Amino acid sequence: MHIKQELTERHVLTLTVDNEAGTLARIAGMFTSRGYNIDSLTVADISEDHAISRITIVTRGPPPVIDQIIAQCERLIPVHKVTDLTEAGPHVERELALVKVRGTGDQRVEAMRLADIYRARVIDATVNSFIFEITGGPDKIDTFVALMREVGLVEVGRTGIVGLMRGAEGS
Amino acid sequence: MSEDFAVPEKSGAEILIDTLIEQGVDTVFGYPGGAVLPIYDALFQHKKIRHVLVRHEAGAAHAAEGYARSTGKPGVVLVTSGPGATNAVTGIADAFMDSIPLIVLTGQVATNLIGSDAFQEADTVGITRHCSKHNYLVKDPADLASTVREAFAIATKGRPGPVVIDIPKNVQVATASTDVKRPTSSRFSPAGEADYAEINRAVELLANAKAPILYTGGGIINSGPEASAALRELAELCGAPVTSTLMGLGAYPASGDAWLGMLGMHGTYEANMAMNQCDVMLCLGARFDDRVTGRLDAFSPDSIKIHIDIDRSSINKTVRVDLPIVADVGAAMRQMIEVWKGRKYKAAALDDWWARIKGWRAVDCLSYTGSTQEIMPQYAIERLFAATKDKAPIITTEVGQHQMWAAQHFHFDAPNKWLTSGGLGTMGYGLPAAVGAQMGNPDALVIDIAGEASIQMNIQEMATATQYRLPVKVFILNNEWMGMVRQWQELTYESRFSESYSDSLPDFVALAEAYGWKGIRCSDPAKLDEAIAEMLAHDGPVMFDCRVHKTANCFPMIPSGAAHTDMILHSDEVSGTMDDEAKALV
Repeated sequence: MHIKQELTERHVLTLTVDNEAGTLARIAGMFTSRGYNIDSLTVADISEDHAISRITIVTRGPPPVIDQIIAQCERLIPVHKVTDLTEAGPHVERELALVKVRGTGDQRVEAMRLADIYRARVIDATVNSFIFEITGGPDKIDTFVALMREVGLVEVGRTGIVGLMRGAEGS
Repeated sequence: MSEDFAVPEKSGAEILIDTLIEQGVDTVFGYPGGAVLPIYDALFQHKKIRHVLVRHEAGAAHAAEGYARSTGKPGVVLVTSGPGATNAVTGIADAFMDSIPLIVLTGQVATNLIGSDAFQEADTVGITRHCSKHNYLVKDPADLASTVREAFAIATKGRPGPVVIDIPKNVQVATASTDVKRPTSSRFSPAGEADYAEINRAVELLANAKAPILYTGGGIINSGPEASAALRELAELCGAPVTSTLMGLGAYPASGDAWLGMLGMHGTYEANMAMNQCDVMLCLGARFDDRVTGRLDAFSPDSIKIHIDIDRSSINKTVRVDLPIVADVGAAMRQMIEVWKGRKYKAAALDDWWARIKGWRAVDCLSYTGSTQEIMPQYAIERLFAATKDKAPIITTEVGQHQMWAAQHFHFDAPNKWLTSGGLGTMGYGLPAAVGAQMGNPDALVIDIAGEASIQMNIQEMATATQYRLPVKVFILNNEWMGMVRQWQELTYESRFSESYSDSLPDFVALAEAYGWKGIRCSDPAKLDEAIAEMLAHDGPVMFDCRVHKTANCFPMIPSGAAHTDMILHSDEVSGTMDDEAKALV
């Protein structure tokens, strides 16, 4: 007997939650205890009185599992609202990455040229290194990081994505 | 601290006790220890709350479950930090799986010591996070009253469950103003009535069905006695047969005409066949558990499924349904009755359907081969039922064969009389649950139907019954085997009985006497009625060692990985092994 794999879909979920101790552990732990995947997770408080946080989770699963993930999130007491941006319609997703490259001569020039094409900004420079700041969708950042690997990549830090619905309405 | 003479200050421990009294708590099941001494001192001075001293914290949690399930009120547990809390975890997880409202108060080391590996420190909030409905660590006595109030609301409303409140020792000692009126939280808003468009559709489907079935569960019991009354009326109106999960037994009377018996792995042939062949299934407060559905792709393949549940995450979890309704099942059934009557629906002609059911009933799936030499376990349950049915007993069980035989052969006509560990399947549940049920129902006949293996898992609670003069009866079906394990080994592993023999058993009669109980032993079927009468006549706790046939198996049975239509009815149909796919299923 072998373990069967199922076809999965990628979904971006946003959660508004009470900003209190343990909320993140409750949500992240629910994903692990029920065997759900987390590709990325970002969290920051978004209200004036610091009472509410917004969490963006990128997850993968077959459609019934995604439905169950949303229901299980809604079941948690500190979770006020869950929106599946992937289902809800047009939306934007952005991620920020910091990319450090090291090199001299042609490598250094090439890194700068590529950064310009990808609209990455230099936020730190020495005679033999740069740190670039780049924002965009995950694919764009993946591609940029792959290119930087060719010209002397040292390390990368990524935020994971945040997302909002397009148009005038809130989610 | 400000010197405010107008507003008296109280310690966290006193605020806690005051708030428990305000919430209507009259009984607490607990065990003292270092990190809860301030609360125990406050309890000592408040005689309004009865404290029941258990002998192990798992017993406290199960006793609170028994109290809650039999009274409809939340059960309250009080234990110390570290091992006190970890011992209670099994009971918390059990209550979470079976949707039992509990408030579990745990002591914690002082806030300045948290994280320092202090004596009897454990991360209680971390450990219980995923086996409780919600939990708190209270860091300020000023937050205690509002936290406890919210905890009671969360534990009892919506789909009930356990809520853990972890209280550091310094928070119990420190004082706070008692007039802190914090706004009651509105963040928890469970479902209530159903949408009428959905109810109309459900009634229409039910009224036009040719082979409908009501598949009921523990949600009806949780919704309250009026939900059970609504179920009876709805069943009467639509004329459909009724089956129930293990947790829902008693919501519809077993003596009712429409009763098919329990469904699922050890359910009746007629219930499982009717589930498989129905055209409209109305699922009321049940959750399509794997013990109920059998093989999913063969589960009731041609039916339209309506699912009413208060917990949206129970809907479409394992079985896709056609009409999901998120609502309190009692309220939704009332709405269905109202619509049914308002639109003057008539019960459809279901004669053909009932004729088929009659055919399945004729299989007489619960029959077994009797014996004049030995007590058959099924016979023991039948005789116990016959002797007690007029006393409306509360029955608790442990987990295993005896539990399934009790579910099959003991019959319930009212809710809140059947207390069993369904979801988690916790051996050792029955005796402490009986203690809790007897505390909540002092005049009731409370019987724990047990097995000789399970009873030993919380046998220390015999002393609790002795201390509080609780006349609980423990009726042990003693076959000297962990019977359900032995049965599965016979069916699945070619009778290789690995570690399932109950060796070195105690003398249960001598043990009973050592605890100040009465002990009775019976192994002769001819003397069984007399021995049961002796047990019932004794005004005090009794341990009944009923020596039964040692290798009887529990049938009917749907083997794991099989469909409802592939029931094993008798032991001569047992193959002795299974493929790996089936073995991998629990």
